[in-house]
Amino acid sequence: MVREVSESCIDNLIRETIDSYCNRFYADKPDLAARKIEAIGYQVGHQLSERYTMDRPRFSDHLEAIKFICKDFWSELFKKQIDNLKTNHRGTFVLQDNKFRWLAHMSVDPSSAHNVNSADDNSSPSAENIAAQAMSMHLYFPCGIIRGALSNLGIPCAVSADISNLPACSFVIRIKA
Amino acid sequence: MAPVAPRSGDAIFANVERVNAELFTLTYGAIVRQLLTDLEEVDEVNKQLDQMGYNIGIRLIDEFLAKSNVSRCVDFRETTDVIAKVGFKMFLGVTASVTNWDADGTCCSIILEDNPLVDFVELPDNCQGLYYCNILSGVIRGALEMVSMKTEVTWIRDVLRGDDAFELQVKLLKQVPEEYPYKDDE
Repeated sequence: MVREVSESCIDNLIRETIDSYCNRFYADKPDLAARKIEAIGYQVGHQLSERYTMDRPRFSDHLEAIKFICKDFWSELFKKQIDNLKTNHRGTFVLQDNKFRWLAHMSVDPSSAHNVNSADDNSSPSAENIAAQAMSMHLYFPCGIIRGALSNLGIPCAVSADISNLPACSFVIRIKA
Repeated sequence: MAPVAPRSGDAIFANVERVNAELFTLTYGAIVRQLLTDLEEVDEVNKQLDQMGYNIGIRLIDEFLAKSNVSRCVDFRETTDVIAKVGFKMFLGVTASVTNWDADGTCCSIILEDNPLVDFVELPDNCQGLYYCNILSGVIRGALEMVSMKTEVTWIRDVLRGDDAFELQVKLLKQVPEEYPYKDDE
């Protein structure tokens, strides 16, 4: 049987970690706090993908690996699959979760929602709206998880999130050539 | 009549939303690792984990009381028993036991034999001073403070340090009597 813990354990742990990084450790450096949170996600994704692919043959191409993230990987984490996958066939993939679990408990004014980017991007989250910023901070963690998971599969990429269509959340994966 | 406190959290755990423990365990591990990198000093990591736990504890108590239906505990002894049997079960899915009571009933140990936080964890040599599970002691301290019990929680035994179980000593420092503006039944 798969070992389980209460969902509130992970919710509280992530919430408190983000709070500690944003409001205590790097209160005046939101970019740095975001990078650290992304790095934690990266490590989690890297390890989880290692565990979940142990008994599988290697993926033949990028699309196969992305499909694995959408189906098996997402199901392990959120008990559901990604609802929609789009690609431009040139290395960009958009994974949409129509009701992303980690945002389900948060409320935010959708008009102030904006994009966040994971590693390799120097745009800083604007501070116009504290709720939106708090929410964007919450997205660095899953962005890091996806980047870590793909990196473990030998696919270097940048991952960003788009929440302009709440409660749906889209993760944009750009594979590096 | 006040409802009897549940003696185990099994039924509650069966009814709450649950997630794969692996995600929780690896996330906690990644957080500790990142804290070690960012804060550099092991003592500081211990302190921050405790602080994070405390902050979680002061929030978690509400969820605990709401979901557990536990009635007011008569004393510290009953309180620790409820934490061990109901609290640990309903959040972490494991049961702890309470032992080593002192004569005046203000100090005891919570023993945890199964701990999802440490699955797949081994401490490297340079982390010997680390109390890896320090977040747990913080959670207990924070939660108890919200029910007017000021406590000191310290690790006595730690599997990651070679002991055979996890043992948390919980010492009641001060119990602030609560005053209610109204009676329960009104």
